[in-house]
Amino acid sequence: MLNQALGAHGFTGPQPVPKPELIQPPTQASPLAHVGNSDVADRLFSAAMFACALSLLAIVGLIIYELVTKSAASWHAFGFHFFVDSNWDPVNEQFGALPFVYGTIVSSILALIIAVPLGIGVAVFITEMSPAWLRGPLAFTTELLAAIPSVIYGLWAIFVLVPLLREYVEPFCARYFGWTRMFEGPPYGIGMMAAGIILAIMIVPIISSITREVMTAVPQQQREAVLALGSTRWEMIRTGVLRNARAGILGGIILGLGRALGETMAVTMVIGNRPEISRSLLAPGYTMASVIANEFSEATSDTYLSALVEVGLALFIVTIIVNILAQLLVWTVTRGTPARANG
Amino acid sequence: MAELLSTEFETAKISLWRRITDSFATVAAVGAVVIVLLPLAAIFGYLVYKGIGSINLAFLTQIPKPPGEEGGGMANAIAGSMLILALASVVGVPVGIGAGIYLAEYGRNRFGDVIRFTADVLNGVPSIIVGIVAYGLVVLSQGHFSAIAGGVALAIMMIPTITRTTEEMLLLVPTAVREAAYGLGVSRWRTTLSITLRTATSGVITGVMLAFARVAGETAPLLFTTLGNQYWNWKIGQPTAALPLQIFAYAISPYDEEHKQAWAGALILIVLIVASVAAVRYVTSRGMLKGAN
Repeated sequence: MLNQALGAHGFTGPQPVPKPELIQPPTQASPLAHVGNSDVADRLFSAAMFACALSLLAIVGLIIYELVTKSAASWHAFGFHFFVDSNWDPVNEQFGALPFVYGTIVSSILALIIAVPLGIGVAVFITEMSPAWLRGPLAFTTELLAAIPSVIYGLWAIFVLVPLLREYVEPFCARYFGWTRMFEGPPYGIGMMAAGIILAIMIVPIISSITREVMTAVPQQQREAVLALGSTRWEMIRTGVLRNARAGILGGIILGLGRALGETMAVTMVIGNRPEISRSLLAPGYTMASVIANEFSEATSDTYLSALVEVGLALFIVTIIVNILAQLLVWTVTRGTPARANG
Repeated sequence: MAELLSTEFETAKISLWRRITDSFATVAAVGAVVIVLLPLAAIFGYLVYKGIGSINLAFLTQIPKPPGEEGGGMANAIAGSMLILALASVVGVPVGIGAGIYLAEYGRNRFGDVIRFTADVLNGVPSIIVGIVAYGLVVLSQGHFSAIAGGVALAIMMIPTITRTTEEMLLLVPTAVREAAYGLGVSRWRTTLSITLRTATSGVITGVMLAFARVAGETAPLLFTTLGNQYWNWKIGQPTAALPLQIFAYAISPYDEEHKQAWAGALILIVLIVASVAAVRYVTSRGMLKGAN
């Protein structure tokens, strides 16, 4: 049957295969196709798939539209002053978002300080030092950290991490690093420090998996060349691998930062939720994401709601910029154009 | 490179300082692994240790008791989560796969790049922002909180992940497979659905499961969309309990009994998520493209 059909069309044997890009689906219905509306069906199908793709653009458009229109009232009422005023007083309808901006930035930086060396260390171990049999399980286990929901991190932090900080870590820091004036006040356990640590645990897998990815993208010859020059293993990793992958590693770090900035639940559960700016890391704080999570469904007036949406808009803009930057940095490495190694 | 060239290669012995640095680097890397694995072990350890004792038949079949009272369970929250996730999947999975098909089969152009970029950007949007948008779109227009609003929020979060993995998996299917179908006169849409997508099925399912696992534990976008509920609810237009919401509410409550329930709920949630991640791992380790060979 098949042979007959092919024979009828003068099929004589193997034909030269054109380049993949040039291949087009048959424009004429062959005897095997469902003759008739396949052309129409093709068009309908591609239109449907196009619509699906378009919906992604539509979603981003909707997000921007919703945030901009709903925050307009607050923007008109407070203007740019909104982000430099530290007075958040819903009762008197006075809204200044500075404490949240401060809390978001400080908790994220604290998280980066802890997570960056750990994430890079883990990636270096897995790609360059680990015995082959341990590589898979280790990669899987660190990825598992990324799969734990935020609310479970929060739960664990409330009942395990916070008491630990309150009893041991914070008194220790206050005693030995008190001179920096960053560890003043009573050790509640709950506060900026707890938020920074839980965020660090959450972003380590992001940093380490991206770092792993870009380190794997560094050609093997690069390592062999440096080793052949008589370097030790660490010298090989430093000059041959890390230096070549640094743009991508920076991208991973910024991606982690993006996650830390927008992280909501775990932070809300341990940061203390008090709109104050304090130099001490032991003091409670508040972040942009947390204030939305806590107060959005209780916002009674339109201005209050609008102010919260404006906080959301600011958070959205910052995370978008951070993510785009990270994306571009990672692409420079994984797309086969390594950063120059002569820095 | 300069410092490398200046070292003396003739001497077989590596200087003490370089050996110390090398060992130190190894110790530091191992130390980093240990420090990262510690909280992981602690979290899973505590979940099992605290959670297992509170999981019983009542927990799985009853609705919450009033605060401070013994007993009760999270049955309505588990069911509510299932309802919300089902709603999210009904919307998110077809759209995500469709967009993935577009990118892989039609999107090798400028517009495709724009969509790819949009998907990556959308992936980085904080979940709380998605909650605000779902609130504005669904809750405000309906006039009340509902399961469907939560479903919409989670669907928005699922779509970019599914889109990108579907595209990736479809691109793994050799062009020859498509050409074979075209050569037999099969139309393009039929080829895409019955040959290409079919071949990449297990990979596409992997992407869907990953997206599912990612949103299953999301709390922030549900806070002001589904709101939570102390009772059973099966109507998609009504406020609904959800497992992550219930864990959050109990974790910050002052009652010991509720803390226990929070741990038990967290254990159930993590088992659900780890099971789907492990299933994904199992499927992918057996080869993405079994049909292609």
